[in-house]
Amino acid sequence: MAAPPRHSTMLSISNGGTPQSGPNDKQTQQQAQTLPQSPGLRVPSNRKTIYDRHLNRSRNAELSRASFAYLFGEMVTYAQRRVTGIQDLEKRLNEQGYPLGLRLLDLLFYRSTSTSSSALSSSSTSSSPPNRPLRIITLLHLIHGPLWRLLFGRSADALEHSVSPDTPNEYMITDNDPLVNTYISVPREMSMLNCAAFVAGIIEGVCDGCGFETKVSAHNQPTEMWPSRTVFLVRFGDSVMEREKVLERSGVK
Amino acid sequence: MSYYFTILSPTDTPLFNIAFGTSKGGGDGIARFRFPETAQYMNQFIIHSSLDILEEAQWTNGAMYLKHIDTYPPAAAYISAFLTPSGARFLLLHQPPHLPSSTSTGSGLGSSSLLGSAGSTTRASSSSVAANPTSPQTEEAVRQFMNEVYENYVKTAMSPFYKQGMEIKSPVFRTRVTAAGKKWL
Repeated sequence: MAAPPRHSTMLSISNGGTPQSGPNDKQTQQQAQTLPQSPGLRVPSNRKTIYDRHLNRSRNAELSRASFAYLFGEMVTYAQRRVTGIQDLEKRLNEQGYPLGLRLLDLLFYRSTSTSSSALSSSSTSSSPPNRPLRIITLLHLIHGPLWRLLFGRSADALEHSVSPDTPNEYMITDNDPLVNTYISVPREMSMLNCAAFVAGIIEGVCDGCGFETKVSAHNQPTEMWPSRTVFLVRFGDSVMEREKVLERSGVK
Repeated sequence: MSYYFTILSPTDTPLFNIAFGTSKGGGDGIARFRFPETAQYMNQFIIHSSLDILEEAQWTNGAMYLKHIDTYPPAAAYISAFLTPSGARFLLLHQPPHLPSSTSTGSGLGSSSLLGSAGSTTRASSSSVAANPTSPQTEEAVRQFMNEVYENYVKTAMSPFYKQGMEIKSPVFRTRVTAAGKKWL
C-alpha cells in the first residue's frame, strides 16, 4: 500500500539533492514551517503521505502475477540462505507471512466496515460493522472466505475439522491450486518442502491477531487432478480450546 | 470535557498518547483535567486499570467499538474502548468539567483533594456531548471518533516500515487524531 508514496519520497530526494546543498536546505526549512515538531520529516514532493491515500483505492486493483511470481521466488531464495533444513526454511517463510496476516486482518475489517463511497465522511450509514471473531468456527470462515478472496480472488476449496477424537484442536483448510506454488518447482530431494508455508504464516498471523494462539503448517497432499493441492493444518493452542468451551457454555457466537 | 486517548498494543505497550479538550460548545480544545498539572499520570493509571474489564468484555461482545466500559468515580472519569481486529486497543478517557454547583455528577465529591487547580479553569458547557458522558449522543460521537482513528491506524499498520507493537511517532498521525477529536468530541 505504501510503496508509491515511498517511491515519490525518494524521487523528491534525488531531485532536490543533486545541486549539493542549496535547494535541499530550503526544502527542509519549508517542512519545518508546516510541521514544527519534526524538522527532519521528509514529505513527498506532492505533499501526500500514506495518510492521504484512501485505503479502498486499490480494493479492486489486480496485481501483476509475473511480478508476484518474481518477488516470491526471490523471497524463497532469500529464506533459503543459511538454512539448516527444510523445516528451517519453512519456518522462515512462515515468519515472513506472519506480519502480513496481522496487517491484512485490520485491512479486511476496515474494508468490510466502510461502504465504498461514504467511507471518509459521515459513516453513519455503515450501520453494522462485522464482528470480531470470538469462536473458532467464525474465525475459520473468515479465513476460508473473505481472507482468501482478498489474497487470491477466490475462496479456499475446503474447510474440515479433524475426525480423530485425539486432536479436536486441528482444523484443515485446503487449497487445490495455491497461487504461491504455481511458479515454484521444488527439486526432488526437497520433495517435502511446500512454499505455501508463507501462506500458513499469514493464517497464523490472522489467528494470532484475533487472539487465537495457533500453529499453522502447509502440507502437500497431491491428487490426480490437483498435483499441487495443499492442506493447511491449523492447530489451536490449549488456552484457545479452554476458552472455546467457556464461550460455548455461555452461548457466545 | 477533557479527553485522554491511548493506543495500547496487544501486549499492553502504549503506542500513542494524546490529551485534548472538547471543541464543541465553544471549547478551545485544551485539556483541563481535574488533577493538577503534576498529576497527569493519573490518567494513565485510570486507563490502564480498565484493561482487565476490557479483556473480559472482549470475549462477550464481538463488536469493535465496545462503548463505555469503565468508570472511575473518584475522578469522574469515563472510559470508552475500541478494539481493532488485530488486538490493538484504543482507550479514551473522558472527564466532564468540574461544575462548582455539581449537579451533573454526584461522584466528584470524594476527589476534593485531587481537584487542585481545576477549580479555576472550570467552564460551564452546554453541549450535550460534554455535559453527559454516558448519553447516546456521546457514545455516537466517540464511535465516530474511534472509527476515524481506526482508519488512520490501519494506514499506519499497512506501512511496510511499521511493525506491530512499534510506537506511532508520525506527526501526521497525531495531526489526524487531533483533527478527529476536534471534529467529533
